[in-house]
Amino acid sequence: MKTWLEQVADIEREDILMFINSCFTCTGQKEFYSDAEGQKVSLNFLHDYILGNYRLLYARTLAAGINHFNIGQIIIKLLATGKDTLPEHKEEEGQLIARALQNLPTQRAWKVLAQLQTLRINNRRSRAIVRDYLQQRKELSFDAVKYRLKLKSIAVHNHLSLEGELGTFLFTPQQPKRYQNELFENFRQAHFTAEAIYKLPFTIAEGLAAKKGIPRAEFLTRIEPQMTRGEKLRYLQTAERVSTRTKQVKLDVDWQRLSLTRLALYILSLSIEDRKAEFALLQKALVTSAQRTCKKTGLKLGKVAAILDCSYSASGSVEKRRRPLGIALAAHYLLEKCASEYRSFWTIPVSEPLLVQARGQTDLATPLLDALEWKADLVIIISDGYENDPPEGAAEVLRIYRTKLDRSRQTSIIHCNPVFAPDTFSPYILSPYIPTLGIREAEDLPTLINFARFADGDVSLKELEDYLALRVQQMLTTSEFTVHYDAK
Amino acid sequence: MSNYLSDIQLTGLEIAPSQVRGAIRIVPLLKHNVRYDLRLQGYKYEEPLAMVSLSGELFDRGIKYCSYIPDGLVMSWSNDGSPVVASGTQLGSAKGKKMLGGLLRVIPRMSKKIDRDRLRFLPLHLAMEGFLAMFFSGPEIAWSDYSRRARSQGLNPRWEISYSGRSIIGLEDALRVFEIHQRQVGVIIFVAEELASVFVVPTPEDYRALHTSLLQDFYGELIFQYACMYQTTYPMNMTVDDDKINNLEDLKQEIEQVRTSWADWQGFMASSLLQRPVKTQQVYKAGSFTLQRFLTDLDSHQINHIGEAIVRDTGELEYLKTYRLSETQTKRIHLLSKLAEYNWNLNDTAAGLKIGRDELIRRFKRTGLDYLLTEQATRLKDFNIDN
Repeated sequence: MKTWLEQVADIEREDILMFINSCFTCTGQKEFYSDAEGQKVSLNFLHDYILGNYRLLYARTLAAGINHFNIGQIIIKLLATGKDTLPEHKEEEGQLIARALQNLPTQRAWKVLAQLQTLRINNRRSRAIVRDYLQQRKELSFDAVKYRLKLKSIAVHNHLSLEGELGTFLFTPQQPKRYQNELFENFRQAHFTAEAIYKLPFTIAEGLAAKKGIPRAEFLTRIEPQMTRGEKLRYLQTAERVSTRTKQVKLDVDWQRLSLTRLALYILSLSIEDRKAEFALLQKALVTSAQRTCKKTGLKLGKVAAILDCSYSASGSVEKRRRPLGIALAAHYLLEKCASEYRSFWTIPVSEPLLVQARGQTDLATPLLDALEWKADLVIIISDGYENDPPEGAAEVLRIYRTKLDRSRQTSIIHCNPVFAPDTFSPYILSPYIPTLGIREAEDLPTLINFARFADGDVSLKELEDYLALRVQQMLTTSEFTVHYDAK
Repeated sequence: MSNYLSDIQLTGLEIAPSQVRGAIRIVPLLKHNVRYDLRLQGYKYEEPLAMVSLSGELFDRGIKYCSYIPDGLVMSWSNDGSPVVASGTQLGSAKGKKMLGGLLRVIPRMSKKIDRDRLRFLPLHLAMEGFLAMFFSGPEIAWSDYSRRARSQGLNPRWEISYSGRSIIGLEDALRVFEIHQRQVGVIIFVAEELASVFVVPTPEDYRALHTSLLQDFYGELIFQYACMYQTTYPMNMTVDDDKINNLEDLKQEIEQVRTSWADWQGFMASSLLQRPVKTQQVYKAGSFTLQRFLTDLDSHQINHIGEAIVRDTGELEYLKTYRLSETQTKRIHLLSKLAEYNWNLNDTAAGLKIGRDELIRRFKRTGLDYLLTEQATRLKDFNIDN
């Protein structure tokens, strides 16, 4: 019989795990089985619940490797309720917020700060955080051009005193005849000459080009040097569409340096014919990207089997098109590189993973049985957890395998779920006998494999707290910022 | 083997485990041996109302069938077993005429041959029309108990009310998230565990194309009410017996067993239709295929269905679409068939049913048929009971 204190500790551990797990995957967007509103309400409740009950652990979750959307949410909620922080935790919390904000991709960080205005959050700490963030930006004038309205509202809301031409540029842009700053000057000129447009960031140039009536094909050709890798990838199909016989638009994508999941999602957006036509190129890009990710994370695994869900529900939603399938495809290539021995088992067998499509029923039991028969050391199941052929088939296999056939746990089995289920406040579990973890990108797999032992249930609250404290320490002491694929 | 259905059997089909969403349970039907010598294609009518001319020319005098008919089906077949080439849905004159500025479409016949090897028909309306024609004839002898209208016109107009699939709460969502199997050719739809409809087509490709047409079909009142009343299905689960398992091979077999149990159980759930004796009427004979409409034995203590089917010479089911009759509908046609049996004589019918005349009058009222009787005839002898 557990004592009352132990029971409380158990509840706390479960709560924190549930929260971290949800923060790995949920982005408040529409999913295949649930709408965006449901996701938002459920996640928001979870945030408020954890914030109110376990504030320190809530802040430390920032270091657990959760997705960008939730980092933003946590920062906002912490800044909004600063006065509840205990004095002894104030410093750590402040540092965590500042560092997490720095690590966010630029556009997300600016969005978070701009949201402070709409939510009317303004206190000494929030102003200091904003001031510090601006100070460490290396190219503030570039940000001022690219995120002009956000920066303007942030400056107004936080009463920032802006140096040099920045203030003039944001608030009275038409006033000066000339800017000393080259970027500002380009922006000013772009309103009068088409030439200057091509010196601006792509997103800004696009609007001005439309205003000037520059043909799309010409614009895309000339703006290409200003585009980021992600933008080039996004506009590949547009470029093809606007190409004419006389004017071919070719965007030169650096296939070797794209992020793995992003690349997988792009490939899945192509038709089967296109994928077949570009097979060698796409295959090479995926392999290189997987290799790079594997090297960066230093993940080394033994004999690994992956159960990958390519059922119709892996097609995601309008807001997250084919994301579950994209994660499965990316994970396939990543695990292939990281494992000494690897085999993949799809719910509907595919001849070539690159040509996979989200179709058909979810039969997890058959591939799982095949994987167990192959005697893998580690089995990773990537699925949304809704199985229907037969229902609870894999759950039954797992139950019997864990309670009868493999009591000593020779084989570790992890379920990674790319979909957050709002009614259970966590990703849908496949079976209580194996850990279920939320996943947002295949690149998170190393973190998740590390974290799986906590989700498995035998670890105490103390160990979980230690783990989080360690992650916080690592985050605060490493000086390098995470470099995102988007960065130029 | 006869081409006529004597009972509904899912010959050549395999029942797969169901997929549940809210109160809707959809059971996939799979086919192993798909032959492509029969294809079904759908096409849409845009008009909010359609009038089908059941006999004669399009605008001849005669019986008309009016309903909201959103879509029709075209069956194409080959006589020698070679695959049918999908030739599109060009209907020509079989498409009918648009009238009243796009409000009404006048369609010739329930089923009409377009080509040497193509037939257009109106799914489910074919069955419903047969159903209405069969029982709703009205008195043949002018008994004085019947109103003047009933004596001169019978039950004209014969009508029934149904609900569109769109008004069945949760059906649209259930069809959206349903994961279509690769070899799937049909479904059984349960609403709150009540069999709503069975739909089967000849090939998986046809099914994929016609999956959403289930939303355009019509369903009985009970199905509509159940969808409003219930949020979930009855929780059911097939578990594996631990004691039988000693290794992975056993486990594999047990999982197969679970699949079989699901199939058997769902077959049992649909037993109000499957293996029930049916009355059949041939609509069209196309090579080795027979299009027919049917209704179950109309046992008033059981659930009854009407529907239509295409059966191959070998007895394999190629097409099936059913409609569940509500209790009131069953009771109504039971009463009408008994009346017809006793030449619409009230006293004879009451005697035949082993009930009093008053009870028979009450049955007229309960089933909404009392408008057929004169006011004098509807007066009950014992006044203390409801009128």
